[in-house]
Amino acid sequence: MKVLMKGNIALSEAAIQAGCTAFFGYPITPQNEIPEYMSAKMEPAGGVFIQAESEVGAINMVYGAAAAGARTMTTSSSPGMALKQEGISYLCGANLPCVIVNVARCGPGLGGILPGQSDYFQATRGGGNGDYYTPVYAPSTVQECWDLVFHSFDIADKYRTPVMILLDGMLGQMMEPVETKVHPRLNVDKPWATNGNAASRPRNAITSLSLFGEVLEAMNLERFKVYEEIAKKEVMVENTVKDGDTVAIVAYGAPSRIVVNAIDELKEEGINAGLIRPITLWPYPGDIFLNLPSSVNHILVAELSMGQMVEDVRLAVNGKYPVHFYGRTGGVVFEPIEIANKVREILGKPTKEIESKIESKTATQDENLRGGI
Amino acid sequence: MANIVYEKSRGLTDTPFTYCPGCSHGTIHKLIAESLVELDVLDKSIAIAPVGCSVLAYEFFNCDAIQAAHGRAPAVATGIKRVEPDKIVFTYQGDGDLASIGTAEIIHAAHRGENFTVIFVNNGIYGMTGGQMAPTTLINQKTSTSPYGRQESTTGKPLLVSEMMAQIPSATYIERVSVHDIRHITQAKKAIKKAFEYQIANKGFSMVEVIADCPVGWNMTPVDARKTIADAMIPYYPLGVYKDAGGEA
Repeated sequence: MKVLMKGNIALSEAAIQAGCTAFFGYPITPQNEIPEYMSAKMEPAGGVFIQAESEVGAINMVYGAAAAGARTMTTSSSPGMALKQEGISYLCGANLPCVIVNVARCGPGLGGILPGQSDYFQATRGGGNGDYYTPVYAPSTVQECWDLVFHSFDIADKYRTPVMILLDGMLGQMMEPVETKVHPRLNVDKPWATNGNAASRPRNAITSLSLFGEVLEAMNLERFKVYEEIAKKEVMVENTVKDGDTVAIVAYGAPSRIVVNAIDELKEEGINAGLIRPITLWPYPGDIFLNLPSSVNHILVAELSMGQMVEDVRLAVNGKYPVHFYGRTGGVVFEPIEIANKVREILGKPTKEIESKIESKTATQDENLRGGI
Repeated sequence: MANIVYEKSRGLTDTPFTYCPGCSHGTIHKLIAESLVELDVLDKSIAIAPVGCSVLAYEFFNCDAIQAAHGRAPAVATGIKRVEPDKIVFTYQGDGDLASIGTAEIIHAAHRGENFTVIFVNNGIYGMTGGQMAPTTLINQKTSTSPYGRQESTTGKPLLVSEMMAQIPSATYIERVSVHDIRHITQAKKAIKKAFEYQIANKGFSMVEVIADCPVGWNMTPVDARKTIADAMIPYYPLGVYKDAGGEA
């Protein structure tokens, strides 16, 4: 049976169903439903909920709970994610599994509470100090939010790494019917956990530190072997580009659904385009660009940013196709006609007129101020 | 064989300490190790090492141990203790770690009444990074970042951490001790052991501030450094129990 729920609620309940026993959060819009839901549901489920003193506190509580072997999660939004980067670097350095959710808003700085995709670099390039990556999953529907939580906990445990789920506030706040299937859990032993069981085994120590160059380098090389394996086995992508399509449009998360509408609109006038939707942002599904149908002449990347994922596309395409970009920022979400017009422009066809929305946008901003920062 | 009258606590590993000669950390490590063994909780203990001179403490305590980011040990301890409430969890933090970069984490761990133990080593200086000024550096004390002596007009007065922590409603036990002579080491041991006893009895947040020396950072011989604890540190940082809401352990 399907249940109507918000993206934020799907992420929360799925985490509990996936065996998350320790949640640490801090209030920030637009992810507040998650700590609110967890504060009500974690204890009855036998788990731990703490509203931490800060996002820094929350991520370090995750570090402790993960070290003790628990399935643990924290959630935040863009400015809060910036604060968590130190902790994520330590989690990676110490090889500790956990799930971190970013219900992203627009930036930089305090920015605004409207949706954004401008945390792509932060999510896919490490974000903190040192050489590391975290697998990053980008759901585009509330159902996918639900399903990817289970998957993320499994991947975290399997590879001993933090896993990030990156969505925008639009999806966090959106309600959709969800098949609340409880996916089977991958059970991974954690003999390394610092859980105070030294009576039955040699003592465990967890650290990201080594003062000896060769030792630290060996730790890094070992971690990058794991990254190689993740890159080989864990790439996820949706690809609807088929023979006869002249344009491949690349978009991820909720905005990819707007691109689907644009593709439908273009089809009516005989322009064939397909969607490439990366589900893993790291590892990036770059190989998809090497095997596109010969009919494809152009790649268009659409993001709610000034152009971040477009860099990964350019790296993957490596000059084989012209790569175009269309982006909106500040919380402005593009409409299908804007994407369709960009395609028309690329193909040298006349564009269609877009109705001005300035008046309604001013009203929206006032409403958001009342919603709180 | 003769009777063994003294031996190294099995609460410590055989890894040689990385501390400078004459530094108090060795003594304080020993007191913690002995307490955990005497209370029969060593095997179920989890130590949190900070950033600072004791960053490698995870190699010295003979129990599970984890190294935390600078100042974040109380948050890490919170995460561990909440998922393993029957285990014994303690942080070992210096004054740069706890009284400067980690003030939010330490205050809110006490504020939530977390049931773990904090050993706060206050030597009034950043030892590991080469002797910079700390919030706890004494007025007129020369350090590498207060080369003319700490000036109250621009850097304030040394932070009184135990006095501050004692004001937190949910903190259970706060005591300040010193390790500059045998009599004070004995008292420090009592306080540290009591803090762990409180944790075992689920009495909540306990912190023992240990006034310590840093002969290298203070530019003194170990003997002069110990004397300076008595003559300069303790007059500003009075020893004693600042809060005890635990009743008898």
